[in-house]
Amino acid sequence: MSQQMRTPLGRARGLGSARDGTEHFWRQRVTSVALVPLVVFFLMVVVALTGADHARVAATLSSFWIAIPMMLVVLVAAAHMRLGMQVIVEDYVHAPIPKYLLLMANTAFCALIGLVGVSALLMLMLGGR
Amino acid sequence: MASANRPVERPLSPHLQIFRPIITMVMSILHRVTGMALYIGMALLAWWLAAAAAGPEYYAVVSAFLASWIGRLILFGFTWALLHHLLGGIRHLVWDAGYGFDLPTANAMSWATIIGSAVLTILVWGVGYLVM
Ligand code: HEM
Repeated sequence: MSQQMRTPLGRARGLGSARDGTEHFWRQRVTSVALVPLVVFFLMVVVALTGADHARVAATLSSFWIAIPMMLVVLVAAAHMRLGMQVIVEDYVHAPIPKYLLLMANTAFCALIGLVGVSALLMLMLGGR
Repeated sequence: MASANRPVERPLSPHLQIFRPIITMVMSILHRVTGMALYIGMALLAWWLAAAAAGPEYYAVVSAFLASWIGRLILFGFTWALLHHLLGGIRHLVWDAGYGFDLPTANAMSWATIIGSAVLTILVWGVGYLVM
């Protein structure tokens, strides 16, 4: 089918009708692979902080080797969940205006999560308080 | 559009009222459900980090909520969703690499995800209570 329907240039680019080829799929895989060790790290940190008071939580989260991977957890998760929720919206919402509004809300929510998480960790690490 | 007036006795499939749930199907739904739960749950993580940065007074408020029974219930659910989605995600990555499509392997990976996520959730909480 693709032999007759697509121009040679289209086939060479390999981007398909949605114009972004396998980019979305690939980013979802890259973020998934990265999240495997990051989630294990994240769980170890929060379990170690179970029941801890503010002083110990702040001291732990502000140490360089905790804060940097924690920022990675937040950033990679934000990127991953944005891609994931995009697929869910595209699967179930087909009317253009609700669909694009939801996709925009998805981007905004994930950006907010990433921004708040990283800002909080930077404040802790740089010793704001 | 050949012989449109001749009714053809075709089997109706899928049968929407009566069907047997298949483990791999349940897992597919659970991966999406846990993904959505984690999506919401990430707001909790951002809130917790912001509270830690805001200082002891506000942190005490957030920490009291998280330590309440409803807070613990939410965190327990979040832990299970995260571990289930993590193991289910690894299962997806195995498939993406081209392995594990035969029925016995796919079923075994599904059961490993369910049992593994339950056991690991209890383990994580057990260790949490021990260090508390
Ligand atoms: C911080 C936590 C995470 C959040 C908020 C999250 C969120 C999501 C969401 C919303 C989806 C879309 C579900 C769907 O399309 O049905 C998804 C899919 C996916 N997630 Fe996650 N996820 C997280 C962690 C992980 C981890 C640790 C892995 C590890 C491998 C992972 C692997 C995957 C994979 C492979 C998919 C795509 C599944 C498919 O192709 O249908 N995720 N995630």
